[in-house]
Amino acid sequence: MQTLYDKLWQQHVVKERDDGTALLYIDRHLLHEVTSPQAFEGLRLAGRKPWRISANLATPDHNVPTDTEERKSGIAGISDQISRIQVQTLNDNCEAFGITQFDMQDQRQGIVHVVGPEQGATLPGMTIVCGDSHTATHGAFAALAHGIGTSEVEHVLATQCLIQRKMKNMLVRVEGDLPLGVTAKDIVLHVIGVIGTAGGNGHAIEFAGSAIRSLSMEGRMTICNMAIEAGARVGLVAVDQTTIDYLQGRPFAPKQHWQQAVDYWRTLISDEGAQFDKVVEINAADIQPQVTWGTSPEMVVPVTAQVPTLAQAKSETQARDWQRAYQYMGLQPGQAISDIRLDRVFIGSCTNSRIEDLRQAAEVAKGKKVAASVKQAMVVPGSGLVKAQAEAEGLHQIFIEAGFEWREPGCSMCLAMNADRLGAGEHCASTSNRNFEGRQGFGGRTHLVSPAMAAAAAIAGHFVDLRSWEN
Amino acid sequence: MKALTVHQGLVAPMDRANVDTDMIIPKQFLKSIKRSGFGPNLFDELRYLDVGEPGQDCSQRPLNPDFALNQARYQGASVLLARENFGCGSSREHAPWALEDFGFRAIIAPSYADIFYNNCFKNGLLPIVLSEAEVEQLFQALYAQPGFELTIDLQQQQVRLADGQVMPFSVDEFRRYCLLNGLDDIGLTLQDAELIREYEQQRAAQAPWFFGE
Repeated sequence: MQTLYDKLWQQHVVKERDDGTALLYIDRHLLHEVTSPQAFEGLRLAGRKPWRISANLATPDHNVPTDTEERKSGIAGISDQISRIQVQTLNDNCEAFGITQFDMQDQRQGIVHVVGPEQGATLPGMTIVCGDSHTATHGAFAALAHGIGTSEVEHVLATQCLIQRKMKNMLVRVEGDLPLGVTAKDIVLHVIGVIGTAGGNGHAIEFAGSAIRSLSMEGRMTICNMAIEAGARVGLVAVDQTTIDYLQGRPFAPKQHWQQAVDYWRTLISDEGAQFDKVVEINAADIQPQVTWGTSPEMVVPVTAQVPTLAQAKSETQARDWQRAYQYMGLQPGQAISDIRLDRVFIGSCTNSRIEDLRQAAEVAKGKKVAASVKQAMVVPGSGLVKAQAEAEGLHQIFIEAGFEWREPGCSMCLAMNADRLGAGEHCASTSNRNFEGRQGFGGRTHLVSPAMAAAAAIAGHFVDLRSWEN
Repeated sequence: MKALTVHQGLVAPMDRANVDTDMIIPKQFLKSIKRSGFGPNLFDELRYLDVGEPGQDCSQRPLNPDFALNQARYQGASVLLARENFGCGSSREHAPWALEDFGFRAIIAPSYADIFYNNCFKNGLLPIVLSEAEVEQLFQALYAQPGFELTIDLQQQQVRLADGQVMPFSVDEFRRYCLLNGLDDIGLTLQDAELIREYEQQRAAQAPWFFGE
């Protein structure tokens, strides 16, 4: 009896070594502009070529401007010179090595973890890697997917393999119906609050249970995306009909071998009675809309709660971390979350920029206005295709009429490598994945929330409990 | 990659848990297309009082006097003593590049984030895991003794204190071999090229759609 992770691992072992590591075959390699230039340079210096060019798919996302005007003239129009060089370098490398790239002007361009699934380039049973820790996202399709460093990017380019040690198995089971106003983002933030930011270190986490099965692929991607914030490089969800329905007809999905593929995919579940090294049981009914108050994703509480006090800290180290977080975030222990005033709101990122996320945010924003006290509220779709779909549904109009900016696709303010960033001391309701110090801009204060919670916060000017909010 | 066998060096503290790679090297420096030159921006937001931008002359920037690496007693440190879950967050290899470029050859902590841990070995930087109690003891000793040094012996997998105390650690055999010899693992993997091709043929027979239709 095997877990899903055990199966995926076993199916990709090329060679086992005596020290417990293995040479693991990689089916799909996704590339973006930030973590690939040094890898291509390494290939050149060693006189090596990519092992299997068709395994690679590239798109620029971290540095691209999201401002419509700045985007119009392509790479040459990127005003930040260093960003421009990096995006141009990806272009040059893809051309030189013959790698398929959805460049900045291509409608299929977007955040690499939105693009892969959308194109069907992410398939169940694949091993998928990318020089980006949020590669865990693709595990929603029962693919063994994880982030790698640039040396490993070079290793995969050159050999189509990675040297890996098998992880341990962890099961997070969420059973029951999700309460109204509680989304995939709240589930994963709640899980991180329970197990901690290092709780999944060394493990592949499989998310299971009726609450997970009830989610769309978009919701499952949100959950697997943040497995890394719980320390797990890999997040997984077993294949079911939802997975298969999502993939049918996508450009890179099999056609000629569709039925054969589906038959195989249906085996990509953990066997009944398979053993996990760690099991965490969560009752969906206990999950409330979540807001992070501090500088690590584990510093999270329900929207109805208060910033915790030092008396609640589990250790001396945690108490010191919390003290530093109070100071950085400009918050008082015991302060109500609903009292936090917001300066900016960001709806986007590889966690929450898919069509369903935008629909959830638009539903809340419809017919409302962004509070005058909020300096900027922006919506950044995850890809050009998500943007087009949202526009076809009229979502952009809802956002624009409410006072949100409607942007071009990219990573944007999730990590503020482009011009989209927070000023020092500003509080931001953000649908992204990291509330680290300085992540969204020097001195910026990030609060992680779901798209619906971010939209409501933009309108109210502070955090509100969607379940009881009347506006 | 620089080989590491035995290294003796001054120890500096990074006394907080969950140090993330955004903190180790902030995003604006990730725009570089080079592998070197990240050292002056290591821990940029903690180290300097102003906002760092790529291409600045860091020697002219105002230093944060409270930050350990700016204090006289830690100048020239090559071993970083840290707390649990060091290197969490982003997969950016710029984090070990910055630590290595600054002059660190080894880190000691009770635990590391997985991707960061892997990335260190590719860059001649040894991440050593010791128990919480041992790390706590080292922090106490470090704060009590200016000029506190440790000897890191990868050959024997030992951390040695000046008073003769020994703290053993362990590292995967393959990683140890590569680091002891300063070897690039791509060349080693390519020795198995035949096996990789065999695997591909087998896989393509079972699941042809993985290789395009």
